[in-house]
Amino acid sequence: MAKLEVADAIARAEAYPHAVLAYVGPDGYPVNIAVDFTGSATAAVVDIGALDPDLRPADGQEVELTFSHIRPQPGVGYDERRYVNLWGPATPTGAGMRVAVRRASGWDEADTPFFEYAERGLPAGRDYLDELGARPRLSGLWTVFLATRLPFLTATLIPVGLGGVIAARDGAFHTLWFVLALVAAIAVHLGLNMANDLFDDANGADAANVTPTPFSGGSRVLQYGLVTRRAMLTGCAALYAVAVGLGLYLAATRGWGLLGIGAVGIILSLAYSAPPLRLVHRGLGEPVTALGFGPVMAVGTYFACTGRWSWQPVLASLPVALLIALVLYVNQVPDRAGDAASGKRTLIVRFSAAQVQAGYAITVVGAFVCIVAEVAAGVTPAWTLLALATVPLAWRVRNGLRAHYTDPYALMPTMQSNIVLHLATGLLFVIGYVIAVVS
Amino acid sequence: MSDLTPLLPPSVIELLDVALVGELTVIDDSGQPITYPLIPLSDGNVIYLTSSVLFSRKLRHIKANPKVCLSLTDPVAVPVEPFHRATIQGDARIVEDDVHEGWERLLPMWRAKEPAIDFLLKKRFGIPLFFERSVIEITPHRVLWWEDGRASEPARVYELAGVS
Repeated sequence: MAKLEVADAIARAEAYPHAVLAYVGPDGYPVNIAVDFTGSATAAVVDIGALDPDLRPADGQEVELTFSHIRPQPGVGYDERRYVNLWGPATPTGAGMRVAVRRASGWDEADTPFFEYAERGLPAGRDYLDELGARPRLSGLWTVFLATRLPFLTATLIPVGLGGVIAARDGAFHTLWFVLALVAAIAVHLGLNMANDLFDDANGADAANVTPTPFSGGSRVLQYGLVTRRAMLTGCAALYAVAVGLGLYLAATRGWGLLGIGAVGIILSLAYSAPPLRLVHRGLGEPVTALGFGPVMAVGTYFACTGRWSWQPVLASLPVALLIALVLYVNQVPDRAGDAASGKRTLIVRFSAAQVQAGYAITVVGAFVCIVAEVAAGVTPAWTLLALATVPLAWRVRNGLRAHYTDPYALMPTMQSNIVLHLATGLLFVIGYVIAVVS
Repeated sequence: MSDLTPLLPPSVIELLDVALVGELTVIDDSGQPITYPLIPLSDGNVIYLTSSVLFSRKLRHIKANPKVCLSLTDPVAVPVEPFHRATIQGDARIVEDDVHEGWERLLPMWRAKEPAIDFLLKKRFGIPLFFERSVIEITPHRVLWWEDGRASEPARVYELAGVS
């Protein structure tokens, strides 16, 4: 429950049909009973109707009034949870009593959604568990799934796949080198997810975020106490070790030019949230993400397969690079208060709502224009125009961002659609290449 | 009017069985009452409520002072015809030896009132601390009963002896 202004709380209470009067009885047990009431927000008093003389608090005794509401939902449970608590001394008024309200608290899930309410209780929950010597538990698989943010791997699969099909179009696809490049890219991606959580935990950004969603606010495994920082650091280091090891092997066998591409990828992934650069804090998270999950991965995979450099994967990956940057961009919208509080000045923190929405529209149009322009310029095969089929989805995301900008939970379907937009556009783009290769 | 009875009266159990929400009043560290709306569950002898560790203040209060009171007052949240009201005083204890799974023994009773709990449990990974829960066990010793629901009238009082 959160503290409320007394006048506001009484005004809220007046919408309830009855109150529950509570006080501590002479035997030390609390007593609570239903009472009729009328409230005056301006006078900060609540008048209670007639009481059984045997159940009256003493003159001047501190009492509490509670007003509670739910709406039953048969077959489900209930919703519309809200309640108000008022405290103050009670004095007799004929058969009833008057409570001079001194303090108030309450919760209304219409104001503070349940999930935010639960997040706000996190420090108390952690303290309580610490005192019990207990820790929250999830299965190992779920913990790894959460800690690595596994579902976001689509961001890696698309550019790596693109690098592979471009190599195939050039007649140089090689399954082993492709798979090794894919595993290295996955390792970097999962490692950077864990590194990002470690740094956002250290700088307080994730702790300050009370409206996380499945798409934003980090994995929360550190905040929930599911994983220790030490275990997270170990997992992160292991993933980077796999990436570096595979990168060195590929560079040694496929060409040392790959070393530069891999080094850029790893440096970008760490500089994204690690000091001193902390690029995401400087509003550079989107360009870094676009570069890393666009040209760097596509070129790296192409190089691993072909053993040489080409502009083709750089240019071809631009549309998916823009779309993955927009995934980060939209997913940061619910985080903006927590990010601002912790000094993480992302583009979303720097921009007004109107600027954020305009930025989305311009960039997503840019991605689709890029697809058409590259075909027109003969850079990419005409079949990649298949990717334009997702334009309606982009329109839906644009509308959702405008409609639900201020509501993290209502924005969730939009964030999901935006991720699907990147995935579907990228897949269609890759399929366009595959058709061009086989036809 | 006062009656001595070994168990909760059947009419009170009927209210507890259908109540979606009751008002649990505990005593805080300054000696003042503080009330929490919670789902009451009962096996006929003991009243059970559960609390996530996220909302653990009430648990701390009960550990410091186990004297509590639970009322069933809301005709919407306690759908019985004709409507009655009850206030149950008793002593509470916190069961927290296994906050991860211990409370799940109450799931059948909880599910009967809030079937959506099964859906939420499947999403446990999303709000893991919500499902780290302590159980509040109330051993009732007195019931105030209003047959017609008008709590301004004198209550029928049941003194419960021998409840364990």
